[in-house]
Amino acid sequence: MSESTNGSSVLLRLEGVNTFYGQMHILQDTNLSVAEGELVCLLGGNASGKSTTLKTVLGIVRPRSGTVTFADEDITSRSTSYRIRKGMAIVPENRRLFGPMTVLENLQMGAYLHGGGEPEDYERVYSLFPLVYERRSQLAGTLSGGEQQMVAMGRALMARPKLMLMDEPSMGLAPILVERSFEIIQQVHQAGVAMLIVEQNANVSLSIADRGYVLSTGRIVLEGKAAELIQNEDLRKAYLGR
Amino acid sequence: MSDVPPAEPQPEPSGPQIGVDEWVARSAERAETHGGLVGRARGVYERVPKPAVFLFVVALAALIPVLASQSDNDIYFVRVGTVALVFALLALGLNVAVGFAGLLDLGYIAYYGVGAYGYAMLSSDKFGLHWQAWQSIVVVVVVSALLGFALALPSRRLVGDYLAIVTLFFGQIFYVIVTQGYRVSFLGLNKDLGFDRANWDLTGGPNGIANVDRFTAFGFTASSERAYFYVTLTAVVVVFAGLSLVNRSRTGRAWRALRDDHLAAQAMSVPINWLKLMAVGVGAAVAALAGTINSALLQGAFPDDYNTQVLIIIYAMVILGGAGSLVGAVVGAVVVEVLMLEGLRPQTPISDWTFNGRWVVYGGILLVLVVAIRPWRRLAAILGGVVAFGVVVHAIVAATTTKGTDGLLNTAPETFEEGGWLGWLIRHWLALPADTYAQGTKVPFNIALAGLIALVLCLTLLRGWKRDVLLVPTIWLAGFVWETRLVLEASGPTRLLLLGALLIVLMTARPQGLFGKPRVEIV
Repeated sequence: MSESTNGSSVLLRLEGVNTFYGQMHILQDTNLSVAEGELVCLLGGNASGKSTTLKTVLGIVRPRSGTVTFADEDITSRSTSYRIRKGMAIVPENRRLFGPMTVLENLQMGAYLHGGGEPEDYERVYSLFPLVYERRSQLAGTLSGGEQQMVAMGRALMARPKLMLMDEPSMGLAPILVERSFEIIQQVHQAGVAMLIVEQNANVSLSIADRGYVLSTGRIVLEGKAAELIQNEDLRKAYLGR
Repeated sequence: MSDVPPAEPQPEPSGPQIGVDEWVARSAERAETHGGLVGRARGVYERVPKPAVFLFVVALAALIPVLASQSDNDIYFVRVGTVALVFALLALGLNVAVGFAGLLDLGYIAYYGVGAYGYAMLSSDKFGLHWQAWQSIVVVVVVSALLGFALALPSRRLVGDYLAIVTLFFGQIFYVIVTQGYRVSFLGLNKDLGFDRANWDLTGGPNGIANVDRFTAFGFTASSERAYFYVTLTAVVVVFAGLSLVNRSRTGRAWRALRDDHLAAQAMSVPINWLKLMAVGVGAAVAALAGTINSALLQGAFPDDYNTQVLIIIYAMVILGGAGSLVGAVVGAVVVEVLMLEGLRPQTPISDWTFNGRWVVYGGILLVLVVAIRPWRRLAAILGGVVAFGVVVHAIVAATTTKGTDGLLNTAPETFEEGGWLGWLIRHWLALPADTYAQGTKVPFNIALAGLIALVLCLTLLRGWKRDVLLVPTIWLAGFVWETRLVLEASGPTRLLLLGALLIVLMTARPQGLFGKPRVEIV
């Protein structure tokens, strides 16, 4: 269930979470965990509850029952900004950079909690993404999709997260850019950040993940080590089914 | 990292790669560049540090009252400058909520009014309080900022249209309170509360509060037009400098992020509700400061100076200048107040500029054409067409009628002049009949006005060369209608109509405003 794989302690844990939009029961008794430094991917087709899971983790949507635990603290009723202060950061769907602001200002916004960021924060981002450094005075809205993806990840890293949430990082990228993009995600992960990635692209995301969950109509129908999941015959059916 | 490819633009990228994006890397080269004199002037300007430019402009503005004499004309001139600066202050304040934080605050005018009425109550005969200016200004500005907080608090979760409706309601409430505030009874309990009368007069109702003190501080009294010009200029400089520092700060960035994408800003843990309250509060404080100045300048506070019409004018200034730009707010205020509100008056008593309203109209049309019509050949063709069209019409009218081209320029009620060589040009471009709208039959001129409106409507339906062709008679007819009919009406509501029309055309040509940043999205 929510045991960690490599013995390190559990960073994020969702237990028995039920989420509703009005009358609609979205997440049904969801259990999920991410250990420190682990890369977990959450797969599923359209309307399977992937984004709702992320929103529940971030506190944008509150579960009707169940608990969300982060770094040994029950944060179920805590605000989004509290969770971010505690060490979460998100790379939103479609990246959602601040288009009329420069790349540097976007990074500064990422470090809002730290008063605009220390030099070490910028060094970390610039060494991971040399291109972000070169584009730092350019308006974020003028960048191409792949570059925006890097800025969005850099912006999230500026918050010094323990856990980085990524919502559909492959969306809107050319297939060849998707692979490059996931290599970069792997680099960030290797820098010691735990990650929860929500994706439709099962092959690419499982190839870099430690573990994976498959959601279907609000229920987790499959879970396990990424290497095992990728062999699973049911996987395709499960995550393509609605 | 090592496997991120270097970002140097390569001549022939072999395939799509992250990190090598020709299009973006070379965007600076592709940006529209100006050669020759304009390009060089721009290069020189960009090397000058911005604070130096700022000081230079302030110094120039500070010279205006020095150059003005004590004649009535020049005092009027200085007064227009002061009013423009008050509007600049208002536009700067509104820019915080609208431009920085993206909140459509239609209750803004109330804070301006609170400033004016607050000062009028604390420093006048009204209640016998004659506080020093610095005392009442501090109190009024703080109260107004707190009021901004209080009003923004219940509406902090509203955005866009919903916020606009709620804040518009606040703005209207202020007007109602002020016009009805001459018979206040505290729930009918006045006598029980120990007051000596049943109804209290707090605001003077429709008559407002008169005999408001001039600014007095530490034994000095600002009484001349020059003094108010400098007081207002100082306020604008301080607020401008303060806001440009705020704009560069963490808070300013957060405001802009909030305007752009409030969900993403929230995901950065930006306290969006608190920032919204702060934006409204800061704007309210600036508006109140402008209100106190206006109150002391007019030596009174009157309800109709703080109604929705004034709000719309302030919005026009911010939008024209470009929401989010401080320079734009000031320039927008000066352009609208000096050129459009004052300049469009047919006879402003500025020395010999007796028909300056005329020049604003023709200048405005020309400016819009220059801004909106891009390849200069097309512009030249249209302008040439306009001149030729006028000459041909003039020739035809002169040949077929007896007095059809004998009209003179209307420069004041019942006053007609030849108007020098520029007047000669206008009279030979437009065929002005001897009997004008004011003198003879009104029917042909009304038909001309209706025809102008019809032509403008047709313009919006056409595209390409058809539009260019139709533009020629439209501009000519606009000149004709202006000279024969509108010039005399421009002191009333027609002036606002013209202002609106100019704004619409200018905004169509440049939607981001004069100094606003255009949105660039390549996704």
